[in-house]
Amino acid sequence: MRVLVDGVSKTYVDRTGRPVRALEAIDLAVESAEFVAILGPSGCGKSTLLNLIAGLLAPTAGTIWLDGELPPGHVATAMVFQEFALFPWRTAQANIELGLEELGVPAAERARRARRFIELTGLQGFETKYPHQLSGGMRQRVGIARALAVEPAVLLMDEPFSALDAQTRQLMQEELLGIWERTRRTIVYVTHNIHEAVYMADRVVVLSRRPGRVLAEVKIELPRPRVEHLLGEPAFVATVERIWSLIREQAAQALRE
Amino acid sequence: MTRAPVRDRAAFLTRREHRTLRVVALLLLLAGWELVARLGWVPVLFLPSPLGVLSEGWAMLQSGELAGHVASSLSRLLLGFGVGAALGIAVGVAVGFFAVAEAVGTPIIAATFPIPKIALLPLLILWLGLGEPSKVAVIALGVFFPMAINTFTGVRGADPLLVRAAVAFGAGRWSIIRKVVLPSALPMIFAGLRLGAGTALLLLVAAEMIAVESGIGFLVLHAGNLMQTTKLMVGIVVLSLLGVLSHWSLGRLERLAIPWRAG
Repeated sequence: MRVLVDGVSKTYVDRTGRPVRALEAIDLAVESAEFVAILGPSGCGKSTLLNLIAGLLAPTAGTIWLDGELPPGHVATAMVFQEFALFPWRTAQANIELGLEELGVPAAERARRARRFIELTGLQGFETKYPHQLSGGMRQRVGIARALAVEPAVLLMDEPFSALDAQTRQLMQEELLGIWERTRRTIVYVTHNIHEAVYMADRVVVLSRRPGRVLAEVKIELPRPRVEHLLGEPAFVATVERIWSLIREQAAQALRE
Repeated sequence: MTRAPVRDRAAFLTRREHRTLRVVALLLLLAGWELVARLGWVPVLFLPSPLGVLSEGWAMLQSGELAGHVASSLSRLLLGFGVGAALGIAVGVAVGFFAVAEAVGTPIIAATFPIPKIALLPLLILWLGLGEPSKVAVIALGVFFPMAINTFTGVRGADPLLVRAAVAFGAGRWSIIRKVVLPSALPMIFAGLRLGAGTALLLLVAAEMIAVESGIGFLVLHAGNLMQTTKLMVGIVVLSLLGVLSHWSLGRLERLAIPWRAG
């Protein structure tokens, strides 16, 4: 399924009643089975864009289209949250089954489908644990399994690994790439981390500071499967440098404010 | 600089449990009280001895008198508490979740909440008669308000991120109430139940002082009128035990209902 963002702007009113332009005239097409990273400094409206695609917010102007056949029993989008957003009163397995419950899937079938994604995300043995009994990395595995369990055509990921320590993040990135290569969902991945964006995505969409505009779209021509030693290769470093030069001025401006 | 080991300067902050002291303090108080009564410093009519209260209580238990009072009190208490708690939770969720219910409910609750519920007892007797319904109703009213207000606060405290996550996975209004709002409000609901239990006991005793034939409130008032101070004290001890029991059982229930709490 393709995601077409067509002239989308979002203005919201902040607590003091002033309008804040979060996004301005965004045009973007995410192809089927493509891994697109949305990269931008904090407060550039990249999470807003994800929420708009998920239908959790309404755009002020423009339209977002989901283009393609949706097989029955599947949902268009599912979200993985930065702060995990797991229900503390549900075990790992019950958290994973949440979306399936809302789809009306019977209990036995729910358990069967949850099992598949528990295995895919390496959560065996943790099914009956509550979120507070899990490490950050395990929690986000539950978040990813929960999103995959509803078989979404498009997987929306909002800085999913930014709350994890650097080592865990590296391992989780590799695992996600592995899962993506096996499941081939369309992924829209929001991050503020250039290395992460370049390491994972087919294409990096660079947003400007608020109001967020598309500054550049950079195709990442690095071979797959992407593995850790890629991080030191000249092609990788050059791509990171190129994107950094694009947003350096913006970041410096933010620092001066 | 000479060499000196670093001392644990925070040592005085550790709080010891002093388990024996807890028991000893209580026993000393009882022993002192017994002594005061035995030595006849205060007449038994005003202050019966602890052992006297204990033996009187035992006698009343054997004769079945105490069981009768406790049974009628408990049935009023449980019915009133149950009705009040259920209504309070329902209203608290509605007012906390639905804008219309909040607009209707908030001013009404704000206006009626400060009324001391015991002042409503004569009115309730006028409406519902001298029988059981007016007693149960005043207890229910007393429990209703802390329950409604605590539930409301708990519902409002539900994490917006979790609500958004539930919506992202297709949850509608009722799913959100059942799967997000109610579980988030549970700790506050239990705090409300504890508050309500105290209020319920207070109102029970007050209600049982009017036109009843049995109940612990009746026992206390009746024994007082007859200057049977030992019997009166038995009633007070039973009330205290009821309070301790309700607190303890709510604690057990809370641990069962909220198994995800850390620890």
